[in-house]
Amino acid sequence: MSNKKYWQSFGELNQTASFEESTKNEFKEELLPLADLDDKGILDAQTPRRDFLKYLGFSTAAAALAASCETPIRKAVPYLNRPDNIIPGVPNYYASTYINGGDAISVVVKQRDGRPIKIEGNELSTITNGGTNAQAQASVLDLYDNTRLRYPMQKDGSGFKEVTGFDAFDNMVGAAIAGKAVALLTSTVNSPSTLAIIEEFKVKYPTGRHIQYDAISYSGMIQANEACYGKKAIPSYHFDNAKVIVSLGADFLGTWISPTEFSNQYSKNRKISGEQPELSKHFQFESTMSLTGSNADDRYTHKPSETGAVAVAILNALNGAAASFSDTKLNEGIRLAATNLKSAAGNALVVCGSNDVNIQIVINAINEAIGANGKTINWAIRSNYKKGIDGDMVTLINDMNSGAIGAVLIHDVNPVYSYSDSKKFKDALAKVVSVSFNGTMDETTELCKYILPSHHWLESWGDAEPKTGYYSLLQPTINPLFKTRAWQTSLIKWSSAAGSMVNDYETYFKTYWNAKLGSTDLYNKALQDGVIEPSAILPITAGTFSNSKLTEAITAAASVQSGAVEIILYQKISIGNGSQANNPWLQELPDPITKVTWDNYAMISPAMALSLLNLDVMNQERGKQSDYEVHPEKPVIKITVNGKSVQLPVIVIPGMNAATIALAVGYGRESASKETTADNIGKSANGAGKNVYPLVSFNGTNSYSSVATVEKTDTKYPLAQTQVHGFTESRPVIYETNLKSFVANPESVLEEITKEKIAITIGGSKDFVKDATIYPDYDKPGIKWGMSIDLNTCTGCSACVVACTAENNVSVVGKMQVQRAHEMHWLRIDRYFTGDLENPDVVFQPMLCQHCDNAPCENVCPVAATNHSSEGLNQMTYNRCIGTRYCANNCPYKVRRFNWLDYTGADSFADNQNPMVGTYMDASVMQMNDDLTRMVLNPDVTVRSRGVIEKCSFCVQRLQETKLEAKKQQDPKLVRNVKVACMQACPTNAISFGNVNDKQSDIYKIRNVEQTHRAFYVMEQLHVLPNVSYLAKVRNTERHIGVEEETNAAV
Amino acid sequence: MSRCRKMFFKIFTSIFLVILLSINVQSFAADGEALFKANCASCHKVDKDFTGPALKGWKDRVPADGWIYKWMANPAEQTDAYATALKAKWKPTIMTNFPQLKKEDIDGILKYIDDWAPPVAPTGATGQADGSGDSLLFGILTLVLAVIAFILLQVNSSLRKLSDDKEGVLRPEPVPVYKNKTYLMMGVLLLFALGGYYTINGAIGLGRMQNYQPEQPIYYSHKVHAGTNQISCLYCHGGAQDSKQASIPSVSQCMNCHKAINKYEGPDELVKEDGTAVDGTAEIQKLYDYAGWNATTKTYNPDTNNDGIADGAKPIEWIKVHNLPDHVYFNHSQHIKVGKQQCQTCHGNIQEMPEVYQFSTLSMGWCINCHRETKVDFYNKENATGNKYYSIYEKFHKDIKSGKMDSVTVENIGGTECQKCHY
Repeated sequence: MSNKKYWQSFGELNQTASFEESTKNEFKEELLPLADLDDKGILDAQTPRRDFLKYLGFSTAAAALAASCETPIRKAVPYLNRPDNIIPGVPNYYASTYINGGDAISVVVKQRDGRPIKIEGNELSTITNGGTNAQAQASVLDLYDNTRLRYPMQKDGSGFKEVTGFDAFDNMVGAAIAGKAVALLTSTVNSPSTLAIIEEFKVKYPTGRHIQYDAISYSGMIQANEACYGKKAIPSYHFDNAKVIVSLGADFLGTWISPTEFSNQYSKNRKISGEQPELSKHFQFESTMSLTGSNADDRYTHKPSETGAVAVAILNALNGAAASFSDTKLNEGIRLAATNLKSAAGNALVVCGSNDVNIQIVINAINEAIGANGKTINWAIRSNYKKGIDGDMVTLINDMNSGAIGAVLIHDVNPVYSYSDSKKFKDALAKVVSVSFNGTMDETTELCKYILPSHHWLESWGDAEPKTGYYSLLQPTINPLFKTRAWQTSLIKWSSAAGSMVNDYETYFKTYWNAKLGSTDLYNKALQDGVIEPSAILPITAGTFSNSKLTEAITAAASVQSGAVEIILYQKISIGNGSQANNPWLQELPDPITKVTWDNYAMISPAMALSLLNLDVMNQERGKQSDYEVHPEKPVIKITVNGKSVQLPVIVIPGMNAATIALAVGYGRESASKETTADNIGKSANGAGKNVYPLVSFNGTNSYSSVATVEKTDTKYPLAQTQVHGFTESRPVIYETNLKSFVANPESVLEEITKEKIAITIGGSKDFVKDATIYPDYDKPGIKWGMSIDLNTCTGCSACVVACTAENNVSVVGKMQVQRAHEMHWLRIDRYFTGDLENPDVVFQPMLCQHCDNAPCENVCPVAATNHSSEGLNQMTYNRCIGTRYCANNCPYKVRRFNWLDYTGADSFADNQNPMVGTYMDASVMQMNDDLTRMVLNPDVTVRSRGVIEKCSFCVQRLQETKLEAKKQQDPKLVRNVKVACMQACPTNAISFGNVNDKQSDIYKIRNVEQTHRAFYVMEQLHVLPNVSYLAKVRNTERHIGVEEETNAAV
Repeated sequence: MSRCRKMFFKIFTSIFLVILLSINVQSFAADGEALFKANCASCHKVDKDFTGPALKGWKDRVPADGWIYKWMANPAEQTDAYATALKAKWKPTIMTNFPQLKKEDIDGILKYIDDWAPPVAPTGATGQADGSGDSLLFGILTLVLAVIAFILLQVNSSLRKLSDDKEGVLRPEPVPVYKNKTYLMMGVLLLFALGGYYTINGAIGLGRMQNYQPEQPIYYSHKVHAGTNQISCLYCHGGAQDSKQASIPSVSQCMNCHKAINKYEGPDELVKEDGTAVDGTAEIQKLYDYAGWNATTKTYNPDTNNDGIADGAKPIEWIKVHNLPDHVYFNHSQHIKVGKQQCQTCHGNIQEMPEVYQFSTLSMGWCINCHRETKVDFYNKENATGNKYYSIYEKFHKDIKSGKMDSVTVENIGGTECQKCHY
């Protein structure tokens, strides 16, 4: 096994000395006071016996003192008037809609005793089918963000003063904007009632206009569609109808348009079922390693400037012309993609992430040529997620400067931060009357004259129409926490005639929907369901295509200026465009590819690392690659685009295009004065990464890639990476094959492990479970819980990780602690590379406590704090744990987490952590200790304190709740309704969970009937008997992968 | 010995017979009583007017035979002369609908009312000497024996001294008792053992609050409400069957009855733990202050500041008596609805407590002990009785059939595992 098939880092691949060294120290702690006893004897230690005794004496005295204090008096305060629908201790669920910019996901909000604490997908929505993403899952924490503005304000010198009362505010602003040309600057609005209000507003202010601005725009696509189809919009896509998918840099599983919807559609053709399984074929052409690219069957790289040329080459290849790039692999890829597209007879789809009008016109032409228009592209139903046109913003700024626009009302956008020419916008803003409805004191709001914070979406009424005819409603799940007001109410008040009946949005909304639906009953039903969808599915309709602009576009697309080094800007699945940058759950969520938290960075290829930094990560003899990988300090490079430069640390990722540097937007949030950033924008956003929006260039549309110059600097900057914190000692953890071999011989994928299992079982016996161990077999008489994770449909989107954090009160540890491998995530997603070093395949493997029936952690606990239940759960009892960490040492999966510090403020002493802040702990950890923020905690799950181990519990609180319901209803079948948090969040249904003893359950069927050839346990040969099974990955490619690749390479 | 056994059998058989007979006779009435307590007792008394009229003699008052069933199903819709008069008398309170009660249920309740007789005050002490007397006796015995042993030892040493003197053996002067190292050592060891025992027990008991009886903001007597007036526990603590928390009733729920009951005229004397008498009517007035209720006008105060509640109204800050540590998950509905436990099992005879105190230790050992002994309502496949949920335990069914097991305890189905309560 010297040539590893799956590797997490270059060091692991090359088995370098410093890597070996680093893996030995699993916990990476600098030991506490008694650290240096190693070989000197107790008297010579820096901490001598006396100190030891002092510590001992102090802790005994402190413990005695703390314990013998009088028992505190606890109050129980019942309601004055208990609302009928609230039973204390029983959660209520309300359908609503997660709104962020134009993104809209139908959700169900779990509310406990009046507080929303968890977001789940709404299964009634046919758009997402109950899926969510990381941002939606995390948005419940934004509700309790302590940087939220608490009352209306007006500028007062350099600061702001409170305006008491909304009426006073209305009078003041009403007078200020009267008679002026008022521009409404918002993010994409797809709420039909709000759009109606805006229309009424425009009647009152006829000289004004409404501009929709998207931080990351799809203007190129919208304008191309206008040119080709005469419609200034985005159609809806049907990835579920596509047998062949070609994506040119579109990250449709991660961040492109509506990733949750597309992930769900995509996964339908990525599941293995039946005797002759079929899979869709996914080609990805891109410059950086995106989440979508890492899921592709075949992936090819090119420079960002070549995107247009690749699109043109595919168009030409459909007519048989061979591509002529210098990279022969790319040429071959284009030929293969074209052949597949042609033979799919319309069941194919080409998408492109570029914001260039010409390239998108070429893409439209390709889709027309392969017959996708009308089969996988539906013009009858449009996507309303993004509507911003880049040119509108330029015109607006010019008009603000010239005085043609006298007042700007801003809602849910932050152009001072995200607009490429921020200074120009700032100057223009200073010339007009500016009102902000934003919820926090962001970069734009602090420059406005008046601030009237709007509600968080969890406090709002509202609606969304993400796709034509598909409505999703919002209802408040908590009374507004602060003196905020729906921004629609402001528009209504400022535009309606005096004495108008309707002067708040709630009434308007109810009237609007009652009228539209026809009756109060239907309205109530719609609110309860959360979604209103067409009763019959409309046939997919093609748009009328015009190729009048095509020739021109082909020329323009193929002739983009290229350079030796180019940058491409992308969004991370966690931070996105930066609006949720102060969300610690998202900041601490590791990027699926780089596994970096809390920062952005320059992603470069190994080739560029060698040429630019003399860092040879591919070859262990040369260079100092080990230092680069083992230490968090990464070399910093300076990237300059159009005279604007930014300095960022590098992360070397195989599979990057050699000439490309990829930079994530959404970081580097900063107030006008640096000192106020932590207070205004937030402790978590403060200091996280650099802002790269200034590198966006404008040439008709915003361009997110450019030619750049790059130079190395002498500085280094620490990045907190989580990968290889859990290392598996070269044991195989992934099984993978390609579709052809799998169909030919389904047993082949697990052949190796099956043989090994037989070899270690007592001769003649086939019962690996009972006869390969000296331990006895224990009964599971009632329920035996089990989970199955399909590696084929897991895209690495990380929604499950955030869902787990929210459900189980998993603490945020901050960047400094992640650097020391102290992250607390119960569920992590391991990323493995395999195959070609320059363009490897990627496999994601969600890794959580495997709940081994023969668990190595249980045997070593000196106090039996971890033991096994009769339902197959590996139980962790916090109040019994004394923190020896033997269990974590002995866990082959490295899923046990230790509370090194008091991250949650659960210790008995108040302000215990304060001395830690700055030296061991980041200020962002304290953000989670705030009384307001702690409202998000799940009351059914213990908040762990310092010094105990914790880990995945299979959401035992949910299992208990389901069982209790089944017992109350006296119906064992109800146990099948159980849903654990990760499973419920997953947009692709990759996770199944249930009672393995129930032969009708999904989990039983998957393991024993439907997927017997793919179901394996990680490191099965250790005979730890995990309760989490995985389904081997099957790629639809001609290339040999997995086991066969190695044999081939050897030949 | 044989006499004892005979007597035992006699007593046993007679007790058994008495129980058997009383069950047969009582079962119908008992149902009526249970239904009465669960549904009616919060507003009605049998012998006197309460929130609603006294029910004794209902038969002579109702206009027709079947009238009572219609009335119970939907009082608001009855418009006959008697119903109208009744409603006028008890305005604004109107009786709750009980459509869920079947005819036989109502008959049961009525029978209970008809058969009802005022409770006879208990005569004489019924309590028996319990185990504590025994231990005192043993203690005295031990002490006496220890003294005798000590005297004997002294006698022994004196006698030896005498005999030594007689035989002329020279021995050193005996050490007095308080200087004798053996005795001193024994004393030290004894002190150490006792000290250790009490320290450990004290440490284990830290944070345990058995018999905790805080003074509440309102003198609220469970004895008056649940005991004398027989209000069902679940009328106020409805959460016990639906939720993890039994929950304390909201002020508005108290006012359901106390709008009408504004004076304390009950038979029980209200006395605090320290012996001071309590004015029940004044305590009801405290409730009115919390509720924002004007006792003279019999209306809620107006809501002038538009906060949705009557002016001056504020929730009652009760002091929590039963506190479990944060790392324990306890669910009332699991125990009440699924386990069919009585409230008194854990809370003691709450209907006899003027002020509530913590009856049980609420220690983990106490929980576990009950889980080990309590049998679950196991599903019996043959006659389809028991909770069907337990049909999944195939192995236990087989074992019961084959006689290996006679019943299934909570422990058998995993009720003593850590993560049943700690997560």
